Amino acid sequence: MELLSKISFNLQSGFDETVTALTKEAVEKRIPPDEIMNIGLIAGMNIVGEKFKNHEIFLPDVLLAARAMNCAMEVLKPLLIKDGIPIKGKVVIGSVKNDLHDIGKNLVAILLKGAGFEVIDLGNDVPAEKFIRVAAEENADVIGMSALLTTTMPVMKKVVDMAKDEGLYSEVKIMVGGAPVSKAFALEIGADAYSYDGANAVETVESFFRENS
Amino acid sequence: MRPVLRLLSNELIERIISEARDILCDLGVEIHNDGVLSMLSDHGAEVDCGKKHVFFTSDIIDKALEAAPDSVELYDVMGRKTHNLTDHNVYFTPGSAAINILDSISGEIRKPSTADYVEYAKLMSGLDNIASQSTAFIPADVPEKISDSYRLFLSLLYCDKPVVTGAFTIDAFNVMKDLQLAIRESRDALKKKPLTIFSCCPTAPLKWSDVTSQNLVDCAGHFIPVEYISMPLSGFMAPVTLVGSLVQHTAETLSGVVLSQLTQPGTPIIYGGSPAAFDVRFETTPMGAVETQMIDCAFNEIGKYLNLPTQAYIALSDAKKLDAQAGLETSMGATLAALSGINSISGPGMLDFESCQSLEKLVVDNEICGMTLRLIMGIEPKEDFPAIPIFEELLKEKHLLIASHTRKYLHDEHYFPGAVIDRANSSRWMEEGSLTIGDRAKMEIERLLGIWEPTELPDGVLAEMTVLMKKEAAKFGMDSLPHEDL
Repeated sequence: MELLSKISFNLQSGFDETVTALTKEAVEKRIPPDEIMNIGLIAGMNIVGEKFKNHEIFLPDVLLAARAMNCAMEVLKPLLIKDGIPIKGKVVIGSVKNDLHDIGKNLVAILLKGAGFEVIDLGNDVPAEKFIRVAAEENADVIGMSALLTTTMPVMKKVVDMAKDEGLYSEVKIMVGGAPVSKAFALEIGADAYSYDGANAVETVESFFRENS
Repeated sequence: MRPVLRLLSNELIERIISEARDILCDLGVEIHNDGVLSMLSDHGAEVDCGKKHVFFTSDIIDKALEAAPDSVELYDVMGRKTHNLTDHNVYFTPGSAAINILDSISGEIRKPSTADYVEYAKLMSGLDNIASQSTAFIPADVPEKISDSYRLFLSLLYCDKPVVTGAFTIDAFNVMKDLQLAIRESRDALKKKPLTIFSCCPTAPLKWSDVTSQNLVDCAGHFIPVEYISMPLSGFMAPVTLVGSLVQHTAETLSGVVLSQLTQPGTPIIYGGSPAAFDVRFETTPMGAVETQMIDCAFNEIGKYLNLPTQAYIALSDAKKLDAQAGLETSMGATLAALSGINSISGPGMLDFESCQSLEKLVVDNEICGMTLRLIMGIEPKEDFPAIPIFEELLKEKHLLIASHTRKYLHDEHYFPGAVIDRANSSRWMEEGSLTIGDRAKMEIERLLGIWEPTELPDGVLAEMTVLMKKEAAKFGMDSLPHEDL
């Protein structure tokens, strides 16, 4: 247990090499990989998230912790798959068709990865069809879409409508965000949620899984 | 480069000083204190005891300026150095001696109580950008005769920061000095580590009362720093022009310098003031007026020319509530003052022509102070040259959020204000309750009061201070002090 606390502590400090080494040590000591993930890594990230929310630490600190988390997950992932332990959840994410802005989307992707989710980043200028196809193929839990232009926002509605047509709507949660997007718009187009920033996006995705459990 | 604002040329400064000296020598100053008159006479000044009038000489003015130290240091209650008032160093202090407080619950302007004062002193402990406390308002639940010493007592009890204060009577000085001696343990230790600044105000035009001139003498006797608060009112009790008001301010302040330095050469003094434009429409003295702020910055330049530390009442507002006027006047004053390098900038928390303190405004002003303190750090290269490596990293990584350059300089280069300044996007702001700056200020006050920690002064010192204060209160019929019931 002391080892897992060490993992959590070093992850909070963003020491990726130490976290990776400690994770390998934990594996060698036959600590179950889901315990390493939940009690070490995710517990650490939860503290990081809380501190970020309270402005005790800032975005660079969160990203460093997220990087450490990703490094450790590279060690754990094959073992988790081997043991048949589901990873936390899968999110397909991208900036919508004709929108070449991806700074916000990238931040959300990094933070979601850091929180332990598997993220499939489709990049920018992503057509509605691609969101739907990849989500279906990958059996994703969440589709996350970003737009910075009011002119590209209608693509979000198209994705929601296609999800309904393809029978994905009840299987996949749809989350939208970006400067011109609002909670009202999300409701209007039938998306499940709107997030106002990266940390809020992580909270939103976490809440989807709480609802399901 | 430290940015510096200049409003006066050296030629103009020299002319203003020269005119002020002429006024002191040819027209003289009224001083209602026989001891001071006699002391000045001993130094060769021409004194008319009947008219309480003294004509200075060039010689005593020069002598005083020569003796005056070019810096003043301050130390907190625990003896840690907090201030070095010199050059262009800048420190903020709350506006002092308000007779009212803005009630944070009812929003009304009312008389303050001891409970308000204790809350204020605790709050000041947590405001990082305001380096000293002042005896910011006058508790109305104790007799007037002890209201000056009692507020100092409470300040020393509930906050470690050094105190800008002042005595309302000649007698009050004694207990106010003794409270400091109880903390420092000896006159020499207090001289070595000053804990307070006493504000001493001449009366416009060109007059010193018995009390204020005696306060100067008493402070000098104990090497307690004083700041002269000359208050010319442009167009009313001073010439309407800014230069004319500066001549008067210079004459009144120089007269203070002479009084202090002839009493005790080398005693610490601060070239301060609270001049104001006079608004002939409302018969008021707007502290937020740009002309008031210009006179402040300009007399600071004169003080610096004379190699003296400076002070001014400038970062404050005439608004009656924590509204946009409160923010704009305070910000403009604080910014100009910081750029001018006024060493002790008085004003935060103050509203309504220096008559009303507000705890909410204090926490907001703390952020204004933080931003201006960042401003005067200026712009300096920090491993920015050659520029190509960092841009190669940016192009490769697509962002620099976790670059080592970012991590190294983020907190030095950027000032991150506290929770009272709204920097959330509108959706987050709405999600978090659409709070106004007043709402956020109230929450911040609650947070800071929650983390306040009592003084680490030894019990023996606290007991001695309490005995001193109780003895003083007993003289005016008070057997117990209100803070004991809190």
